[in-house]
Amino acid sequence: MDLTLKIWRQENRQAKGRFETYLVTNISPDSSFLEMLDILNQQLVDKFEMPVCFDHDCREGICGMCGLYINGRPHGPDTGVTTCQLHMRKFKDGDTITVEPWRAKPFPIIRDLVVDRSAFDKIIEAGGYVSVNTGGVPDANALPISKKDADIAMDAAACIGCGACVASCKNASAMLFVSAKVSQLSMLPQGKIEAKERVKKMVAKMDELGFGNCTNTGACEAECPKEISLSHIARMNRELYAAKIL
Amino acid sequence: MAKLESKIPEGPIAEKWTRYKAHQKLVNPANKRKLDIIVVGTGLAGASASASLGEMGFKVKTFCIQDSPRRAHSIAAQGGINAAKNYQNDGDSVYRLFYDTIKGGDYRAREANVHRLAEVSNLIIDQCVAQGVPFAREYGGLLDNRSFGGAQVSRTFYARGQTGQQLLLGAYSALMRQVEKKSVTLYTRTEMLDVVIVDGKARGIVTRNLVTGEIDCHFGHAVVIASGGYGNAFFLSTNAMGSNGSAAWQVYKKGACFANPSYVQIHPTCIPVHGDFQSKLTLMSESLRNDGRIWVPAKKEDAEAIRAGKLKPTDIAEADRDYYLERRYPAFGNLVPRDVASRAAKERCDAGYGVGTGLAVYLDFSDAINRLGKEVVEQRYGNLFQMYEKIVDDNPYETPMMIYPAIHYTMGGIWVDYELQTTIPGLFAIGEANFSDHGANRLGASALMQGLADGYFVLPYTIQNYLSDDILTPRMSPEAPEFQEAKKAAQARIDKLMSINGQVSVDSFHRRFGLKLWDLVGMARNKEGLKQAVADFQQMKKEFWTQVRIPGDKNSFNPELEKAGRVADFIEIGELMARDALNREESCGGHFREEFQTDEGEALRNDTDFMYAAAWEYKGFDEDPVLHKEALVYENIKVQTRNYKK
Amino acid sequence: MNTIFNSSVGRKLIMSLAGLFLISFLLVHLGINLLVFLESKEPFNKAAHFMGTNPVIKIMELTLFGGFLLHIIYGMIVSLQNKLARPIGYAKSNNSQQSFFSKYMFHTAVVIGIFLVLHLIDFYVKAKFIGGVPEVVYNGENYHDLATLVIARFKIGWVVWVYVAALLGLGFHLHHGFQSAFQTLGLNHPVYTPIIKGLGILYTILVTLGFMSIPVLVYFIK
Repeated sequence: MDLTLKIWRQENRQAKGRFETYLVTNISPDSSFLEMLDILNQQLVDKFEMPVCFDHDCREGICGMCGLYINGRPHGPDTGVTTCQLHMRKFKDGDTITVEPWRAKPFPIIRDLVVDRSAFDKIIEAGGYVSVNTGGVPDANALPISKKDADIAMDAAACIGCGACVASCKNASAMLFVSAKVSQLSMLPQGKIEAKERVKKMVAKMDELGFGNCTNTGACEAECPKEISLSHIARMNRELYAAKIL
Repeated sequence: MAKLESKIPEGPIAEKWTRYKAHQKLVNPANKRKLDIIVVGTGLAGASASASLGEMGFKVKTFCIQDSPRRAHSIAAQGGINAAKNYQNDGDSVYRLFYDTIKGGDYRAREANVHRLAEVSNLIIDQCVAQGVPFAREYGGLLDNRSFGGAQVSRTFYARGQTGQQLLLGAYSALMRQVEKKSVTLYTRTEMLDVVIVDGKARGIVTRNLVTGEIDCHFGHAVVIASGGYGNAFFLSTNAMGSNGSAAWQVYKKGACFANPSYVQIHPTCIPVHGDFQSKLTLMSESLRNDGRIWVPAKKEDAEAIRAGKLKPTDIAEADRDYYLERRYPAFGNLVPRDVASRAAKERCDAGYGVGTGLAVYLDFSDAINRLGKEVVEQRYGNLFQMYEKIVDDNPYETPMMIYPAIHYTMGGIWVDYELQTTIPGLFAIGEANFSDHGANRLGASALMQGLADGYFVLPYTIQNYLSDDILTPRMSPEAPEFQEAKKAAQARIDKLMSINGQVSVDSFHRRFGLKLWDLVGMARNKEGLKQAVADFQQMKKEFWTQVRIPGDKNSFNPELEKAGRVADFIEIGELMARDALNREESCGGHFREEFQTDEGEALRNDTDFMYAAAWEYKGFDEDPVLHKEALVYENIKVQTRNYKK
Repeated sequence: MNTIFNSSVGRKLIMSLAGLFLISFLLVHLGINLLVFLESKEPFNKAAHFMGTNPVIKIMELTLFGGFLLHIIYGMIVSLQNKLARPIGYAKSNNSQQSFFSKYMFHTAVVIGIFLVLHLIDFYVKAKFIGGVPEVVYNGENYHDLATLVIARFKIGWVVWVYVAALLGLGFHLHHGFQSAFQTLGLNHPVYTPIIKGLGILYTILVTLGFMSIPVLVYFIK
């Protein structure tokens, strides 16, 4: 496959960015999208140019590191996958592909396609945990949990923190990310104990960091590589009303 | 000259850890606040250790190279975590887990450590449940278990196919809680370049901020290395792209012994390499071997026709298929341990019977589909089949999957004593980074167990035994000469890398080196090849330092520069792996020497001469390392030959 | 003050409650309007009179204005914040799978807002403040003959067009708004949510076509 790539290049956070156009030829449809970028980067290094910087790590769709906005969609045209799991067979020979970084105020650009997602860590830091220290906890089977609840908690816990929800949302809202953690812990008895405090703190932190408001467009759910459901956002809303009003 | 003192406590094996804890020295709460601990790495071991130490009141500084601690590669573990809970009432016990782990490791692990691991395994499950890890449950609300290779009991706890992710997120959230409480300071996108030694003790590290390129010094009363394994040396592996051995390698160069580098685990069920530009290999859960049958064509001409695309696997008649695992190991069949299955696949492919590119075998579910029905197979393996289809674009329900072994885990690592302390006082190593409790081969679902055992329940105790003597040591300024010297050396190394201006990209070097490492120090090794490997890698090391090309500059975000430092270290690690493999004239676990096999092609251990952990001491860039031997004594387990035939 | 109202979720809560209130108002409004099709103008004029004079309704009227104001003000705040959350947009427009009309809530809101002003001037302001509405007597009492006014208005072609266009905007707004309000309230359920969505579409079609039918049918039939 021969492809034209329009890629956002930006040297650092302050610098003014621009699109650069590159040609890559003879790409195997079995390559992953990131392997295609590896090939481009090899070409650039051979010319002693700075390769395109992009975040990536596990390349099997679980670390949440990779995240490119490809042709107007986070993680590209496939569904239920991360960028590293996107394969070139999803494109056609001769295509022009536009690659952009995640765009959101709380995700400033570090270089090229690499953004700083530490805002997500700050949200977890604000309360995305059960406050137990190591040791002195009861036996794991002392607290039966219904399979249904455990399964819902697991659905939410599958979040990999990639930020596609923010990137896809027209409002750059982080509600799906935040609600996934709130929902997971609120489904489990051990997490219920401090559920009210948790949801208040996490939502407040989310607001403080400058994420947008949820307008229930459903883009996050559609683009989430782990297909996390909007129902978690609804649950978080309920949790917050219960915490703040009741 | 380093001395190996394993510091195994006295007493019967089942009481050693209890006795140790009862008699060790502790640090009182007021003094904990005065003590700084540096933790490098935020995988299961690093995150759990940081959180636990922070909770105790120590001042912890935690470093990771990724943008968030949650990205560490522990997250990719699929299968599960072992514990001796015996919830299934199938006869499990601490002793049995201990025994299985020692046996699975081919009798090359330290008894006392493994027993402690089995003892604390149960606490880990309790801890994780309390944190809100959503383990799989039965309808009655209690925890579910599954069985895994190398055990006769069901002791593996799991969270769908994402156990590693859930455990890591549990440890990560505990860590973030301490960050919020200011007991842990977090440094992300920061890479450790060197360890600082003051008066013979580890007192800090030198780091590079990967965004700005800034080089800084950090003081710690103790330094904990939790940076994972070095499997990425092979270039193609199931490790994450950023996984590297550099932190471990720097401490080796500062005097910490590196043990058993040749023990690497090769996982039999990975998706085969598809092309030259492949960047990484994807693991398919071992559980597939429960119902899949592994085969290659029995006739060479069929294999050739398949490779040429003239025949399809479904065209091969049943009689013309060679189910080689069932043929060679009638008793265990497709469920032999990882090392055995991997070698058998390689043997067939090397003999010319491989399919796909020639380096693949079939994993066939047609029997299972006929026997159980497609729905049952889908229930059991649906998500894995889907993943396979996404990657390969083939439907495993209709045509057999192709698999091939790939580098997965490194059992070798920094040598540590019973307290997880290296041969440098004040320097500790935990998780995959140490030479660990797995001996020569790790059982499935044991890596998660070891990482969390070290981080939650072992290191937080043993480190106090060391720190209790340090309560009067004031914090040092990073301006101290030892720090500045280390910083200068780190800067000089980067300057040197940037000034080479050669013609070869870092990745090209890595790919070439990795391929050679795989060929010569991979699944099967021999004396000739290993000697050649040592010589070749020495040569490659020189070439690297004269020919590598790194674009960009050092004072900015520059992934090429990051990779360059790591690949430089990988080449040196590879050399040590070859040396260790050359020295170990036997076959055991993940280490297979072609000269040492039975007539039937099975691994031949040599317990008389090699029942020891090989710990290597660094002597200089162009010097040969020195070997120290820690004899392994088995007092509680009878050493036997592993037999999977009957 | 740490109440629900200074969180992003709280602002959306107000939006959704106000929105649902307006949704219920539209039903009442439509019900009365449809009386205009009756042979006699009396029921329509009487209903309009009732709505204009009944003290309970007068209080409700204030509440309604409050609802509109809240919905509009908070809508503007939320939209502004959303804009600020992504100072630099994408070059390639968002191709994500999402409910289509949800992307244009602000745009349709502007259309509805402008229409609202025109509509109020057309009837409400005339009847309440300016005057000039013809009078009619039923059972010895004076009533505004709003029916005649409405019919006269909708005999003008461009007015019909404006109303139809604006009501289309309203339809798009309702299409997303109806189900979105329930989601914001936290009412999301595997069984009931699809029902709510179905009801939302039904409501949207009924209300939109119902309102549209008035100018259109008046133009052609009355």
